[in-house]
Amino acid sequence: MKFTWFNLMPWPYLPDDFREKHRSVWVDIPNTLYDPRKGHHVYHTYLDQLEYAETLGFDGIGCNEHHQNGYGLMPSPNLIAATLSRRTSRSALCVIGNSIAGYNPPIRVAEEFAMLDVISGGRLVAGFPVGTPMDTNFCYGQIPALTRDKYKEAHDMIMKAWAEDEPFAFDGKYNQLRHVNCWPKPIQKPHPPIYIPGGGSIETWDFCLDYDYNYSYLSFFGYLRGKSLLDGYWERVAKRGKDESPYRAAFAQIICVADTDAEAETLYAEHCLYFFNRCLHVFPPFADPPGYRTQATVKYGALSQLTANRQKILENLTWKQLVDERFVIAGSPETVRQQLEECIKNLRIGHLFCLMHNGDMPDWKTRHSTKLFAEKVMPHLRDLWPEWKHDERWWIHPMDERIRPEERRPGAEKSREGWPA
Amino acid sequence: MKWRTIDTKKGTRCRVLEGGSGAPLVYFHGAGGLLKDNPFLDALAQRHSVFAPEWPGYGDSTGDELLEDMLDFALHGWDLVDALGLSRPHLVGHSMGGMIAAEMACLAPRDLGKLALAAPAGLWMDEHPIPDIFAMLPFQIADVLFADPQQGQALLTGGADLSEIEALKDFYIATQRRLSMAGKILFPIPNRRLSKRLYRLKAETLLVWGAQDRLIIPAYATQWQSLIPTARVEMIDGAGHMLPYEQPAAFVAAVQKFLA
Repeated sequence: MKFTWFNLMPWPYLPDDFREKHRSVWVDIPNTLYDPRKGHHVYHTYLDQLEYAETLGFDGIGCNEHHQNGYGLMPSPNLIAATLSRRTSRSALCVIGNSIAGYNPPIRVAEEFAMLDVISGGRLVAGFPVGTPMDTNFCYGQIPALTRDKYKEAHDMIMKAWAEDEPFAFDGKYNQLRHVNCWPKPIQKPHPPIYIPGGGSIETWDFCLDYDYNYSYLSFFGYLRGKSLLDGYWERVAKRGKDESPYRAAFAQIICVADTDAEAETLYAEHCLYFFNRCLHVFPPFADPPGYRTQATVKYGALSQLTANRQKILENLTWKQLVDERFVIAGSPETVRQQLEECIKNLRIGHLFCLMHNGDMPDWKTRHSTKLFAEKVMPHLRDLWPEWKHDERWWIHPMDERIRPEERRPGAEKSREGWPA
Repeated sequence: MKWRTIDTKKGTRCRVLEGGSGAPLVYFHGAGGLLKDNPFLDALAQRHSVFAPEWPGYGDSTGDELLEDMLDFALHGWDLVDALGLSRPHLVGHSMGGMIAAEMACLAPRDLGKLALAAPAGLWMDEHPIPDIFAMLPFQIADVLFADPQQGQALLTGGADLSEIEALKDFYIATQRRLSMAGKILFPIPNRRLSKRLYRLKAETLLVWGAQDRLIIPAYATQWQSLIPTARVEMIDGAGHMLPYEQPAAFVAAVQKFLA
């Protein structure tokens, strides 16, 4: 198993009456709720936590891209990964990822991801989400019915830019470039591991399988509800005649560890409820603009994901419900271990994105939970897939002689050597 | 009025509601599509041969994947005219349909009779931002479309009760499909630079507007008129954006007077 410590980076100062006073945490949330001076401290706290996760032995540290919202403060996840690239040396930098349909031209993503891979010594995991409709359509203005087509074109351009050694012309429908020539190129060959985060679009499964990319199901509603979707994915894997390596799939799960189950509620309940009640309070039409989901997906899911229903679920949530329905896996190390084992085995996933900072959780609680997880839970879950132990197809391959922050001594060496050969 | 299905050269298959006799008139519906009942078409058919095609992605019409941008939409309009075998028809367009009809008339200014635009989309004024129809809850739509939202709601749903979950689902799925198509020329801002081309118009033009239009407010009528100085403007009282449905008699009278 690979464990990635993920921080969504929510704004922790949303007022108590946020739900009543505002229709959405995303797109048109009033900017007066943001305070850049407080933001300074928030960013540094969150970045310190990601660096701390590396010291505890997490395989990866993760960030993602969202716009105009109080749910996650990373319009540019590449900036976050860039700061981490200089302060860490072991963990994978999982940027899950850049919403490529919104980049103009998308070669920018090929370049920035390559920069990150080079600076980090080959530690980048490159995510290519379609992007939430809030981000891609309402904040970045992409036409919903054409978003997937544009996404596919951007993907083709980026992958070709990484693969080709000669400049080439790209005559796309949405992007025309006469001279594509990616400088620098990534260290990892043929390219960094590619992760495709999906909400519930069935087209995404085939896309992942066409190229053998990792499929990451990012849900906040836990593994009990995630099961039917991942079952659908694995059925598709079998039908396509692909092997069933669990490393083909990743899942995001909110996790809170305390010394006892009771302590977990005392410490974490209010912050998880903050997350569900405020950070997920999205005006439903922003989440489903016409044309963003294909007719096939709308029909497949019937209307189970109709956001009006989801809003209803969120309205009267209690801690008991969060825990009973496994939206949140919380409790003593033993409780968390048991439930996660069930989660990992039932979903057949090789990668777990651990959401361990939630809502307005203060730093000390985040670290307490993270440390307990790393020391008392993670070691027991490491070897759940012994038969796939050596499957590294969906993980980073860094260079050995990479620069480590603890060994860095800028200007200290007075030798007159040139650049390394 | 009767339905028939026609194939365009490009490969779309479109349902057309047609009837009446007289000079040909093609009516292009708005982003919401034709409704269950369209009494204003029957009234127009008393003096004209009326053809009301459903756009690909609406009703039973297919081929929506073939149309991606404004030029595709406008040429599709002419493809329909060709497939119907019409010569110099009058073009009447409502809202998005007005935007398309105006674009068609700019592309081929000699190929039409007269041009009647009912609260057309296609222009944007920063000082009068048009409400975002792509970001509305189902029950909010009627509020911006009709002078009398309660009556309008019944027209939109064909009388279905949206508090019933099944009716809501059907309404939601159908609306999603239609607006998915409309989004190609209306999202995120319904402006595909038509204003740069309006100087090409040769056809006599009527602008007919609901005085209580809360979606594309009457200030836009003034803006259109400034771009088409010869255009006539008719305001219809008691009508919102859905004027052909809300005040069919007044709407038909204005159009017929103009075409006479």
